[in-house]
Formats: sequence, C-alpha cells, structure tokens
Amino acid sequence: MPSSVRLQEMIRVIRSARTQGEERGIIQKECADIRAQFRQGDNGERSHSLAKLLYVHMLGYPAHFGQMECVRLIASTRYSEKRIGYLGAMMLLDEKQDASLLITNSIKNDLSHSSQYVQSLALCTLACMGSAEMCRDLAPEIERLLRASNSYIKKKATLCAVHIIRKVPELAEMFTPSARSLLSEKNHGVLHGAVVLITELCKHNPGTLDQFRKAVPELVQIMKGLVTSSYSPEHNVAGISDPFLQVRILRLLRILGHNNDTASDAMNDLLAQVATNTDSSKTAGSAVLYETVLTIMDINSESGLRVLAVNILGRFLLNNDRNIRYISMTSLQKIVQTDHNAVQRHRGTIVDCLKDQDTSVKRRALELSLALVSAVNIRSMMKELLIFLSTCPPELRSHTTSGIFNAAERYSPSKRWHIDTILHVLTTAGGDVRDETVPNLIQLITTASELHCYTVHKLYRALVKDISQQSLVQVACWCIGEYGDLLLKGECEEIEPVQVTEDDVLDALETVLQSHMSSPATRGFALTATMKLSTRITDNVDRIRSIVSNYSSCIDLELQQRAVEYNALFRKYDHMRAAVLERMPVMDKNSPGHTNGDTSGVIKETDPSKLKPVEAGLLSEPASQVCDLLDLLDGTDTPLQPSPAPTNNPTTTSSADLLDLLGGLEPAPVLTETVYEKNGLSLKIQCDKQTDTEVMVTLIGSNSTQNDITNFTLQAAVPKSVQLQMKAPSGNVIPAHGLGQVTQTVVLNNPNKVSLKMRIRVSYSNQGAVHQDTVQIDSFPSPTCPPSVSPL
Amino acid sequence: MMRFLLLFSRQGKLRLQKWFTALSDRDKKKIIRDVTQMVLVRPPKSCNFLQWRDLKIVYRRYASLYFCCGLEQGDNELLTLELLHRYVELLDQYFGNVCELDIIFNFEKAYFILDEFIIGGEVQETSKASVAKSMEEADSLQETMEEYVNKPTY
Repeated sequence: MPSSVRLQEMIRVIRSARTQGEERGIIQKECADIRAQFRQGDNGERSHSLAKLLYVHMLGYPAHFGQMECVRLIASTRYSEKRIGYLGAMMLLDEKQDASLLITNSIKNDLSHSSQYVQSLALCTLACMGSAEMCRDLAPEIERLLRASNSYIKKKATLCAVHIIRKVPELAEMFTPSARSLLSEKNHGVLHGAVVLITELCKHNPGTLDQFRKAVPELVQIMKGLVTSSYSPEHNVAGISDPFLQVRILRLLRILGHNNDTASDAMNDLLAQVATNTDSSKTAGSAVLYETVLTIMDINSESGLRVLAVNILGRFLLNNDRNIRYISMTSLQKIVQTDHNAVQRHRGTIVDCLKDQDTSVKRRALELSLALVSAVNIRSMMKELLIFLSTCPPELRSHTTSGIFNAAERYSPSKRWHIDTILHVLTTAGGDVRDETVPNLIQLITTASELHCYTVHKLYRALVKDISQQSLVQVACWCIGEYGDLLLKGECEEIEPVQVTEDDVLDALETVLQSHMSSPATRGFALTATMKLSTRITDNVDRIRSIVSNYSSCIDLELQQRAVEYNALFRKYDHMRAAVLERMPVMDKNSPGHTNGDTSGVIKETDPSKLKPVEAGLLSEPASQVCDLLDLLDGTDTPLQPSPAPTNNPTTTSSADLLDLLGGLEPAPVLTETVYEKNGLSLKIQCDKQTDTEVMVTLIGSNSTQNDITNFTLQAAVPKSVQLQMKAPSGNVIPAHGLGQVTQTVVLNNPNKVSLKMRIRVSYSNQGAVHQDTVQIDSFPSPTCPPSVSPL
Repeated sequence: MMRFLLLFSRQGKLRLQKWFTALSDRDKKKIIRDVTQMVLVRPPKSCNFLQWRDLKIVYRRYASLYFCCGLEQGDNELLTLELLHRYVELLDQYFGNVCELDIIFNFEKAYFILDEFIIGGEVQETSKASVAKSMEEADSLQETMEEYVNKPTY
C-alpha cells in the first residue's frame, strides 16, 4: 500500500514541476494512488484523497472517478468526511450526473441532524447543485426548517427555498405563507434572505406580488431603521449600516411600487430620505444611492423626486471614480427616452467622458451621446463625435460610424454639412462603414444639385491623397464620372480654385483601376467613370478608348464584360454614346429601379365613367393578405413583397434604362403632391411618366408619428377601361419620425384615353391599432396642372 | 443573483471556481477561458465593470489574485464590489494576512468560508463577525484537528 501523501505535500510537488509533461506525470501517479485509496475503503485517509482529487480537478484534469466517493463520504458519520464529501459533491456532481440523485437521501437525513453545522452543509449543497427532482423531494423539509429553527439555519433555508423556486416554480406557493412572517425577524441574515425570497416569489406570480404589496409599510419601517440607526459595528460598512440589506430592500420596493400608485406613495418619503442622507464618499454609500435612483425612476414617483434622482446621477458623472461614472451613464441610458431634457443638462459632462482612457466608459459615453443628439445641438455634437471617431478603439468604430450617419440623416442642418460630414467619416474610418453607405451617399449627392461642383472638387482631392478607403474611392469615382465637366471647368465658389487637367483626372482614375488595393467593385466604378468622361471631356477620348479596350481582356469577369460593352459603344453605337452616358437623373430614395421619363402627351378630359374593379396582375407571396375592399374593388389583389434589388445602384440602373433613354429625352421635372394626410401618415403621388395612353406614378407613404407604422398596404381601383398594374412596394413598415418612406409604383394603361381617376385604400397598424382609410384621386399631376383630390 | 465566482492569478491559473448554475464541464471551461482573457488584458486603472454576453462582469485585483464574478442584469455592480471586498476581509481574518499561497494550499478552507458567506448566488450573512464565528465552531468539529489546522512550510 503506497504511503499516502498529505494534500499540501502533493500540491507542493505538483507546483515544483517544471514542464507541463512533468506535471501530467505527477498527476497521473497521484490519481492512481487516489483510486487505489478509494478501493480500499474506510481507513481514515479517504477525506485526504478526495481533497487531493479536488485539487487535481481544479487544475483541469478529469476527476469523475471520485463521484461515488463523494456519495460515500457524505454518508459517513465523521464531520470532516462529510464536509469534504459535500464540497466534492458541489464541485463534481451536478444535476446532469446520475450519482447526484444518490445523495438525496443523505441530504434528507442530514437536514434533521442534531448538529446545525451538518444541517448547514446539507442546505448549502442543495442550494448549490440541487436538481429539480431533488428539490421536489426535499421542499417540505426546507419549508419546515423555514418556520421552526434557529436563525443560523433559517437564513440558509430561506436561500435554499429561493433556489427551489428557481428550479421548480410551481412550488412557490408552498413558501409564500412563511415568507411574510420572516420579515419580523431581527437577525439581519434571516431578514436579507427573507427579502430575497419575497423578491423571487413576486417575480414568478403577479398574484403574490399583489399580496406582498401590503408589506410595503413594514419594509419601509425596516429601511428607516437601518438608515437612521446609530453606529452598529456588526453591520457597518464605511458608515452605512448593512448596505447589502438596504440594497435588497430597495430592489424589492422597486418591484412592489412599479405601476402602482398606492405603493409608490408609501415609499416616497423614505426614498427622499435615503437619497439625501446617504453619504456617497465610499462605494457602499454609492451602491445604496445607485439602487435608490433606480427605484425612484422605476416607480410612479413624484416629479420632485425624479429631479432629485437625475441630479444624483449628474453628480455621479463628475465623480473621480471611473466605476461611478460608468454606472451613472448606464442609468442615464435607461432614462434618456423618458426624461430626455433632464439628461440633456448633463450633455457636456457626458461628451467629456468620450475622452476617457477606459474603453467601458467610452462605450457608455458613446451610446449616451448618440441618444442625446438633437436638432439643436447637432453641429457641436457632431464635432465631438468626429473627434472621437479619429481616436476611438477599433471595436467601437462601426458602431460610431452608423450612429453618426443616423444622426446626420435625421438632423443635418444643410445638405452641404451633411455631405461634408459623410466625407469626413469616410476619410477617417471608411473601412468600418455599412455597405449601404455608398449608394446612400450617391443618392444624397444627386439631390444636392447646387453642390455638385463643390462635391466633386472635394472628392477629387480626397481621391488624389489616398485611395485605400474603398467606400470613399467608389463615391469619388462615381462623382468624377458624373460631374467631370464641372471638375475640369475649375471654378467653384466654395473651394479655392485649382486647375485640374483632363490628364490629371484620367491619371487618378487609372491609378484606382490598377492599384492592388482596389476591390473589384471599386474598379468597376472607376471603369464606368472613365467611360462616362468620354462624353464630358474633349481632348483625351482616345486615351479613354485605349483604357477601355485594355480591360476587355481582364481576368475579372465583371470588368471584362463592362469593357467589352463600352468598346462596342465606341465602335458600333457611337451615335448613341452621348445619350447613354448623359447625366443621371435625381434618384429617389427607396424606389427600385425607378426612372424618370418624358412628359410628351396630355391626358384628355372625358366624361367620368363608373369605377369598376380591375385585376392587378402581380406575383403574390403565399402569406399575403387579401382584403375585401369596398364593393367597387373586390377582386383586387395587392400582395406585399419586400423590395428585392438594392435600390440605388447607379450602374445597373443605367444599363437597364438603355432602351428607355433612346430617342433623345430631356429629364422631366419631378412632381409630387400630397393626396392624403391624417394621423401622422401622409401619402404623396408623384408623376413619373405620362404618355397618351400610359401613366406611371409612384405612391410615397411617410410617417411623422413617434411609432413605426407596420403592415402598411395600398390597394387601388381605377375606371373600367383602364388597366392597373401595381408594382411591388418597397416595404410595409414606415419608420417613425419621418426616417424612411415606403414607395410603390403604379402603372396605368389607358388605351381609350378616358379621364383617369384612382381610388386608393390605405391600411396600416400603428401602436397596435389597425387603421383604414380611402382617398380618391380625380386627376393626376402633370407638368401643366396640379392634381385634384377628393377624400371620401 | 451571482452566476459564478472565479479567482485566478496574473498568469491565468485558476485558484477557485464556484458555479451557481448548472453548466456542462465544457461550458464552464469556455467561460473561464473567455472571462480570464478579457479581464487580464485590462489596464490597471480601468473601470471594474464589463459587459459580456448577457452578464455583467465585476472584477477586482487584490495583490496577485483577480476576484471576478458574473452577475445578472438586475444586480448592483457597486454592491458586488463590496461583496468581493467582504470575502477578502473574511479570508484575511481567517488566515491572518492572507496571500495567494494560502488560498492555493488551503483551497478547501477558502471554499468553506465562501459557503458560509454566499449560498445559491446570494449573500446569506451580512455580519463579518458571524461568519468568522461559524467557521471557528465548524472547524472545532473536525475530528483530525492537527493536520487540518497545520500550516505548511512552503
């Protein structure tokens, strides 16, 4: 029989191993000894062996052969063996092991043991690893101990009951009666356990919650006692009497007072007292104040109290301790929606926290700053955010860029500022922006027609400086391609003039094309831009031809295809080149492949004919709604389809419109008229194309309410001889605050040239309520006359 | 409720692990690895709170040991700092000027003290003196007193 090595000796030997391999060897030997020991049976050495095994287990080595030994040791009569046996059970046995059920009986016996320390071992183990079955078996025992035992056992039994309820919620009713009476205990340990138990009971059952609301006065009393009591050395922590208990009581009061006026009133005075009297120079006091603030904000407290709470958070913001600043910002984040103005007052301090060294604090400050951006402070906030972006840690960058873009979209004071901001972000952190940024920016630029010159100059300069940021390069190439003539003209009021020659521009684009840093998509942009320039410059068209023909044998398939097509444009279709490559029209946001057409032709006025249902021929999604519109419109199917293709890709739009643009067309002025406005939802109609027999319009829905509008559908009916075709809408959710729109294109074929009328039914959900409304459009917008609308 | 409590050294060696929810061994090892890595890279004067998955991680360094625990969203982080401090005080009172070696060579006692202070992830006794007294009385029940109390010569 090998001589047993004492635990501490073994630990010393293991620690002295110089390599991992040596350690493994020692441990293997030790485990063999331990196994031999276990096989031998009772000889007084078992607890040492199990202790050694537990150490080995903590180092990460397998120890499952010790499980049965734990069971045996727990059943032993010696306290030292029980103690280590229970510890082993907590470390090696969990509810997933079958052996755990074997100790249920031992625990049951030990719960009625004469020594309270044995009882305590059993209670602790049950609360730590008790499975649902074990809990069910032993719950009556625990309940008995809750009522009739000394405070040492009561406090443990209470927390054991909490564990049981978490595992088996149905047993909660068993403990409810005893829980209330525990509140009258004097012992802080028991009191603390009782508060935790009541909190857990209230979480599981709203009926119980109502019951325990009656305990609010009692809790307030206990709390008052703690706050005003004289110094008690036993529970004092840095001048606060039992902060653990105080915090738990505050948390329970929060649950009880939430959404309940009577309970909230009962605790108002107490909360004011705690908020004003607690000394927050040390962590214990701050912890209590923190919990108080959370409670005040979550119950129906009076406004004076709320102001007090926000001021406490403001004070925390100025604290030197980082931890306190961090939790202050976390709490402010929770209330920034409801108490926006109060939090705005501390905006300066919050923005300063952006410069803190610590990443956790930075992250909180960023979230809060983004929530505080408003139309009033957008300029100064954006300055701070951009400074932050240039120095922020990499894990926060993409969040920052998307936050900045959102804020800019909502509150930008001018188009030029908006474009400048986005350009700044792209130059600083172009690699961390979302994919939609490029098309969004391009769309934004096209709408700001007065800034084309300025924009293209700025982008050109940025491109010349640095071509590594792909999104920036893509936008720059597109702009140079579109507005290259403005660039070459050289004059621009808003930027100092710089003479740019055609060669410079083509050099820049070629650099992008040839650089290994450019992604395939970027090169596509550059190639198309080069091609577009062939109609905007005068001297170097041959250079462009040669660039283009070079790429017709490029390995990249996309580039090759483009080059071949452009080549063909040069050779066989040179007469069409100018038309194909002319200036892009202004793009509307969220419209799939939407085009502007010519406006020749006028709709003739004839006698109004009776409205009749018309079929809408469309692909329908299986889950679409089929509504019964008014009698006039039954049979109209307007299924919903999410818009499939990306909405603002300029190059695909131009190739798809090749045929449409033939024949020399001038861009038409875009006419949008509002046809319906109610409850924050407004519907506009925009005339896209009008010929003698065909009209194409776009219906645009936007939302100025506080909540998103969902399930937004449009159905339409037209006069008898007119054929109606509704294209897929861009979506069926309109974001709140005018952040987005839903558009749907409608094509009306009017071969008999009757007077065009359309009746539209709008249905949507807002804040859970379903709305439906109808509007009739009597004539359509055309360049010469505005539409007339009669609401039904 | 506290989900777990971990003690580990500056080199990442685990000295104590207490789990208050049922997890598989593999999950436990993964959590230990992730949390240890996250905490060890933090610079000295940082904030003691982290957000990790759906838990709040609160940690504090005492000499060469990191005390680290995972909390649920409703728990008070500042109070948990006090809790960790209380545990260290209890260890200090028991061992007399506790150092990491005490916890290495007497790990089972560290667990016993923890079990007198926290049960099921919640504090059971808020009085320092009470916990110390309970430990003393429980120790007196140990049958083999000498080697239990014996401090090793390192």
